[in-house]
Amino acid sequence: MNRRKFLTLAASATAVATAKAVGAVSFKRQEKEKEEFVGVLIDTTRCIGCRQCEIACAEVNQLPVPKPGEDEGLTRTRDTSPEQFTVVNAFNTEKGKVFVKKQCLHCWQPACAAACPSNAMEKTPQGPVIWHPDRCLGCRYCMLACPFNIPKFEYFSPNPRIRKCTMCFSRLEEGKIPACVAACPMDALQFGKKRELMEIARSRIYNNPDRYVRHIYGEYEAGGTGWLYLAGVPFEQLGFRTDLGTETFPDYTREFLYAVPLVDILLPSVLYGIWELTKQKGGK
Amino acid sequence: MAVAQSQAPVSRWQFILQELKPKGPLLTPFNVLAAFIIVGGLIITAIRFIYGLGAVTNLSQEYPWGLWIGFDVITGVAFAGGAYIITLCVYVLNVEKLQPIVRPAVLNGFLSYVFYAGALVFDLGRPWHIVNPIIGNKFGYNSVMFLVAWHFLLYMLAELLEFSPVIAEWLNAKKAKRILERLTLGTVIVGVTLSTLHQAGLGALFLFSKTKLHPLWYSEFIPVLFVVSSVFAGISMILLEGTISHKVFRDRIDPRYHATFEEIVFSLAKGAAVTMYVYLFLKFLVFVHGQHWEHLATKWGAWFLVEVIIFTLIPCALFTHGYRQERLDLVRIAAVMTLLGILLNRLNVSIIAFNWNLPVTYYPTVWEVWVSLMVVFAEILVFRWVVNRMPVFSASGH
Repeated sequence: MNRRKFLTLAASATAVATAKAVGAVSFKRQEKEKEEFVGVLIDTTRCIGCRQCEIACAEVNQLPVPKPGEDEGLTRTRDTSPEQFTVVNAFNTEKGKVFVKKQCLHCWQPACAAACPSNAMEKTPQGPVIWHPDRCLGCRYCMLACPFNIPKFEYFSPNPRIRKCTMCFSRLEEGKIPACVAACPMDALQFGKKRELMEIARSRIYNNPDRYVRHIYGEYEAGGTGWLYLAGVPFEQLGFRTDLGTETFPDYTREFLYAVPLVDILLPSVLYGIWELTKQKGGK
Repeated sequence: MAVAQSQAPVSRWQFILQELKPKGPLLTPFNVLAAFIIVGGLIITAIRFIYGLGAVTNLSQEYPWGLWIGFDVITGVAFAGGAYIITLCVYVLNVEKLQPIVRPAVLNGFLSYVFYAGALVFDLGRPWHIVNPIIGNKFGYNSVMFLVAWHFLLYMLAELLEFSPVIAEWLNAKKAKRILERLTLGTVIVGVTLSTLHQAGLGALFLFSKTKLHPLWYSEFIPVLFVVSSVFAGISMILLEGTISHKVFRDRIDPRYHATFEEIVFSLAKGAAVTMYVYLFLKFLVFVHGQHWEHLATKWGAWFLVEVIIFTLIPCALFTHGYRQERLDLVRIAAVMTLLGILLNRLNVSIIAFNWNLPVTYYPTVWEVWVSLMVVFAEILVFRWVVNRMPVFSASGH
């Protein structure tokens, strides 16, 4: 009995050790899959353009707070800026005026993070894409890479930062939801895991086929984004780019990056061989 | 012998001090112009570091990269490609006839990298973090920019090592020279590899801009096109630099170089022409493969043809005709046109055809152009300083 117990124990210990050594990668992957990325579902058919999200965002991020009653922000199409991480724009469509909130989409495989030479742009395991001031060189390659033109640079500062929506990363760590979601009086914004958000979005489309177009923006765009949009009119009419493709952006450089170590190893060997072939007698 | 060696350190130090002093008249028109450009450029960069990039540049949220990247780094590095081509020919392929131009080519390449890639510091928003991708745990392995940064840095070191025997010869350090020369083959092999990859890498930076760059310029083959075009860009730069050096540094040039000067020019012209045919063929394949016929009838199509026909095909034909008829003038015109074509291509990819689908455009400010000129003049001054002191244009002793 003792012997039997010992053998079982020894066998399972060895098995676990081997599994850990050999299957380290698969173990890690399992661990990753446990944590699903979070995101936000934006239902543009519910948005009334009150811009409470803009105000909440500015307050949380200590930015100049917009005054929706006075600044006539909805009369023109605005872009996010270093002082404004989210903006609501109005679009005149076949179904009348539609309001669309704009901010970082927190891509599943972000171009900005793949572009960054110093990991200053980071896709956190929780989902938000955040920026680390202590790592950034200010090369602005993230801005060039981002298909949505979201990272914004402080051009008039001697110590410039890259500024963008962080999905309220610090609030998420405290167990709260993003400020804009909390501020929305119309439930146009919904925070959650992408899988749950997709289910909500799909059921809304199925239950109200006349209210929505059959397209969830962000399901596949640029390889899928953390923030998703529902709309009553085609997304082209709402200032969205629908020509981004479904490939993730890091895929565009993957082949090149794979080729680099190969060339680094093979080319010198070939060149050395050529030198041996072409050298004159006596070495020179 | 023993006496000479014991005296050597003292006299070498004095020798260096002596060499640091300017040679020749100081108040030449060129020197005055260079001083004006450089002092002005330093003031502009000071303003840039105090008030931010926006104070002197036209960069915007839509155009994060302007002239300082598009010209100084992306075009400048293509122009500096001559060093890796010539060292490849001389040290790896053992092409003896190019021996006389290997030193100026390496010097020009090294200084171009130091100044043009060094100008990147002006453009970085937070340059005090420039070492982050090099040391510490901030390695963005999955970034093309990370790769380019490393290959740049290592290649600069490789070029310094390739040039170091000349410095040793200048200082009359025979033993050091022998040791450094032994490193040359290995350094050249590594240097050629690093060059291939960072020339390609500069193109690969734009693989992300699929949705922003005009389809006539965007292609998954940008890295290959950048490497191939860096070959004839580098050769053309050597032809231009050689033509100017031949006049300016006449007394510094070894008589043997004079004798073979024309032969070298024509073989370089031939090399440029052949790589340009390859490049044009690749461009054609990419164009056909991309099925962009409908874009040719637009203004972007016309602009594309200006680059490909007028500034690539025509200089290619001029190179071909020039080396066949042995006409120096045609080769020189071809070299200048080729350089303009490369400038056009690199600016098209990085600035002009970038954001073609947005209403905003970018034009550099006078200050951006000024700082770029400062970089060029600073490089020329250092090049002249070195050539006037070190045995760059004379025989390498074997």
